[in-house]
Amino acid sequence: MFNDSLKQLSKRLADRKISSVELTTEFLERIKQLNPQYNAFITVDEEKALAQACSADQKIATGDTHPLTGIPVAQKDIFCAKGWLTTCGSKILSNFVSPYDAGVIERFNAVGAVNIGKTNMDEFAMGSSNETSFYGPVRNPWDVAAVPGGSSGGSACAVAARMAPVATGTDTGGSIRQPAALCGISGIKPTYGTVSRYGMIAFASSLDQGGPMAKSAEDLALMLNVMTGFDARDSTSLQRETEDYTRDLEKPLSGLRIGLPKEYFAEGMSSDVEKAVMQALEEYRKLGAQTLEVSLPNSPLSIPVYYVLAPAEASSNLSRYDGVRYGYRSKSYQDLGDMYRKSRAEGFGAEVKRRILIGTYVLSHGYYDAYYIKAQKVRRLIAQDFKDVFTQCDVIMGPTAPTVAFDLGEKSSDPVQMYLSDIYTSAASLAGLPGMSIPIGFGEKERPVGLHIIGNYFAEARMLNAAHQYQRVTDWHRKMPDL
Amino acid sequence: MTLSIHDVKQIANLAYIKVSDDEAKSTLAQLSDIFKLIETMQAIDTAQIEPMSHAQDVVQRLRDDQVTESNQRELYQSIAPQVEEGLYLVPKVIE
Repeated sequence: MFNDSLKQLSKRLADRKISSVELTTEFLERIKQLNPQYNAFITVDEEKALAQACSADQKIATGDTHPLTGIPVAQKDIFCAKGWLTTCGSKILSNFVSPYDAGVIERFNAVGAVNIGKTNMDEFAMGSSNETSFYGPVRNPWDVAAVPGGSSGGSACAVAARMAPVATGTDTGGSIRQPAALCGISGIKPTYGTVSRYGMIAFASSLDQGGPMAKSAEDLALMLNVMTGFDARDSTSLQRETEDYTRDLEKPLSGLRIGLPKEYFAEGMSSDVEKAVMQALEEYRKLGAQTLEVSLPNSPLSIPVYYVLAPAEASSNLSRYDGVRYGYRSKSYQDLGDMYRKSRAEGFGAEVKRRILIGTYVLSHGYYDAYYIKAQKVRRLIAQDFKDVFTQCDVIMGPTAPTVAFDLGEKSSDPVQMYLSDIYTSAASLAGLPGMSIPIGFGEKERPVGLHIIGNYFAEARMLNAAHQYQRVTDWHRKMPDL
Repeated sequence: MTLSIHDVKQIANLAYIKVSDDEAKSTLAQLSDIFKLIETMQAIDTAQIEPMSHAQDVVQRLRDDQVTESNQRELYQSIAPQVEEGLYLVPKVIE
């Protein structure tokens, strides 16, 4: 049952083979058994989860159902949920019980999904290994010596270890796709503006985007159907027609043009990852797709650009943590300024402070044009590259990450090496394009490899179609670690 | 560009983050590495390029000038570090 798809679980519930309370209890038991070792969840609240499951069962009894009704969903601890401790992986929010629901949480509540717990993450989503969390690192279910990736490491681990059927994540420079790849699951960051950012704790507002993490593309499509939609409370939420993301899943792939950016197949990709990606591309050719070389000449600059823009936005967003209205306040201080400085020094971890300092610097007088404006100009060039490439192909494919999961502690003392884990994912974030990762095999030390699929704006259905057709003829997405 | 210890302390002061001398020293080394990476973008000619501040080319939505939120002061202050009679308490600012 732990390996069942959403469709299968939904059918069991509809056929009354199992109740949502029973299903939720099964997953809660598994969390109890596995979480002490993997640390995927920061908060699990049985009482709240079972109360939601109970309401879901009543909903199911009246026939008022949706594919997600009664299904346990693990929520990244970046989404505010009313009455739930919502920490964003930080000490500064270690006592923050949210007084309201995020737009995404409201949507899950509206269809009767069950919040099974809040997942661990890099502090304020700043990290690629889940090691910056104040609540301790998450372990990779395929190998406890390895990181799960980040920042949505807890969500990736929870799905990979089958502690939850599905989870939510957020992606600013690769935070859904990279952990999905490292944990051998599927994840999609939709087009910027499609998932509400209301109540999703802000890191870099022009890049942050919520999205689902699941075992398969089909499950991702069902999750997107719930998560997307206009929200007036998010000033960058897009007003669009409602989409059914499952609509194209079964379409054949013949004629699909897959662009392979030569910059992504250059130096930097390890040979085990390359081998798995080449095999996956061969599978796509068998399915009738054609591959062609394309070029994204400015994409190698996406990491430098990202590390100007994201910290700049973060330094502004995180100025709200002042120890006055909510969150952590230092125990001793002399005056107001000292209270701010100590509360923030004690409440933020090293990586968050580093990024606030970078952001403050690049926005400061005399450096604004040289760094911030310059980075925004290069950002346009990066986005333009994609525009040009999408006149030649329908989707772009390549590796999600340059290597399989690395060991805990391997990169934590070298920020630059850590930043380069997102070398393939950050360009799509800067352009606002949808990107996803699906499992395509195993590399060194039997650790999972992910295939990165980038689509044009609003091409999620097409990307999910490409992913689903691959998953119909392969079974990497069905593999689970032996726990 | 070369950063100095003085710069790091100055930035930390602007960002309202207290740093010790030791922290400033290790931060300096890491920030210098990061800026080395960032500097690589300076090689690109962007003379005729408009800055891109956002992923979607949309205009700011406006809404009717109507009250949409109710007063929830008690709820919101229930999670504050220190409140008194509906006010947030901070150290004395004015003598």
